[in-house]
Amino acid sequence: MLRDITLGQYYPGSSWIHRLDPRVKILGTFAYIITLFLVKDFLGFAIAVGFLALVIAVSKVPLRFILRGLKPIFIIILFTFTVNMFMTKGTTLVEWGFIRISEEGLYNAFFMGLRLVLLIIGSSLMTLTTKPISLTDGIERLLSPFRRMGLPAHELAMMMTIALRFIPTLLEETDKIMKAQMARGADFESGNLLKRAKSLIPLLVPLFISAFRIAQDLAMAMEARCYRGGEQRTRMHSMKFAARDGVAALLMTLFVALVVAQANWAAWW
Amino acid sequence: MNDIIEIRDLVLEYGQGEEEEAIRAVDGVSLSIPRGGFTAIIGRNGSGKSTLAKCINALLLPGSGVVYVDGMDTADGDLLWEIRQTAGMVFQNPDNQLVSSIVEDDVAFGPENLGIEPEEIRRRVDRSLREVNMYEERKKAPHLLSGGQKQRVAIAGVVAMRPSCIVLDEPTAMLDPYGRGEVMEIVEQLNKEGVTIVLITHFMEEAARADKVVIMDRGRVAMEGTPEEIFSRAEELRAMDLDVPFAVELAERLRRQGVPVPGEIVETEALVEYLCQYK
Repeated sequence: MLRDITLGQYYPGSSWIHRLDPRVKILGTFAYIITLFLVKDFLGFAIAVGFLALVIAVSKVPLRFILRGLKPIFIIILFTFTVNMFMTKGTTLVEWGFIRISEEGLYNAFFMGLRLVLLIIGSSLMTLTTKPISLTDGIERLLSPFRRMGLPAHELAMMMTIALRFIPTLLEETDKIMKAQMARGADFESGNLLKRAKSLIPLLVPLFISAFRIAQDLAMAMEARCYRGGEQRTRMHSMKFAARDGVAALLMTLFVALVVAQANWAAWW
Repeated sequence: MNDIIEIRDLVLEYGQGEEEEAIRAVDGVSLSIPRGGFTAIIGRNGSGKSTLAKCINALLLPGSGVVYVDGMDTADGDLLWEIRQTAGMVFQNPDNQLVSSIVEDDVAFGPENLGIEPEEIRRRVDRSLREVNMYEERKKAPHLLSGGQKQRVAIAGVVAMRPSCIVLDEPTAMLDPYGRGEVMEIVEQLNKEGVTIVLITHFMEEAARADKVVIMDRGRVAMEGTPEEIFSRAEELRAMDLDVPFAVELAERLRRQGVPVPGEIVETEALVEYLCQYK
């Protein structure tokens, strides 16, 4: 069972979006999220939804994978929607006892909910089309200009790389310890919440010890292979901007410009 | 200079804290490893063989005595990286020594640390992966590989740094017989290509394939010689709680039954070949 786990939620593919430079994807996603908060009306949202739909179509990631990302935050979306609907003051639309729904409230609720949905879909599209390891590389390179200001860009990326590498190892370890403790009569399943939380102690203590042991082994192995931090280190994969990255950046800029222009249309005229 | 590694009067102690008594892991070892040779170091648990291995890579520094790797003193901090590049090291646990979640990126880790040009890294990674027969799996995640495959990736990671000597610290201890065979095959092949091999092991069959065997006991070198010399002293080995290779054991029993098996036969293949002339 542990052999099949996928890291993150990467959906393997070789579409145009998949092949984009991770830096372009990370920056593009940020730009998209920020843009979402500039949108104020239906036409603006239509542009945002249309753009995202286009990207999804190009990425060839099946829709159900994309919608799956919404499940965990469904409650938050519902909550935001409800709060916005009932709490916004304005022209009363429906009044029933102490409950009052205003016209503005309905708009706000709808826009806020949609904004959240688009935000989640937009960012999960990035993780769906980029390998975790490329994301890490991308982050390292995006942050490296800030190294002079004392930001440990390489170290952060290294930590992420190692975390990604050892998630399956630690899961396997957990599985092993769990079985060993169950063989000695440990019970992880029954009892109330408190009792179940307590029963995790015989699992967590050995797991921590073994994590430390692994860390020590790994540190020694890395040192033996001449690891000495980010100084004078080179990388095998050099990231080069391809033509498609330029096109993507251009399209993204056009999209942002379009949204900004549309949002300020009235003011400019 | 015919010896790539020279160890003189090495002493190393662990646990020099207030309460605990210092344990002498290595207690006055002098040893030289011939260049281009295949040396096996055997000994039971706690005999100091792993500690000795870590001294060669400058992961541990001598308490007293000296260790020279290709003429470089491991106590000299300025030479640290050069020493580690000259004497690469492969560890016991295949899971705990791979850094990246992609095989080829892991192999690239060492050369990247050395600051080598990207194109050259690419060439070295491809070559080392081909050398250990893992080129086909280069894009895979390590947790999807078998133990033997992981260990071969670890070896490729060291080979990509172009060391003149590789120290393997019980590389097969956690593998099944099949994985063990795979790893040993690669080790012997590397040796044929001129890389000095120092293999720490407790499998006598593996040691029998070396051209020099060193027996460690209680932090000291107990015996040193060719496999033939060492394994013909089966009684002494047993006194140190060590086994002898299966072929030696069998040859001994055959001799007792009156079959004149020569003493220099220590490997299974050689024994088979010898016995086949009786057909």
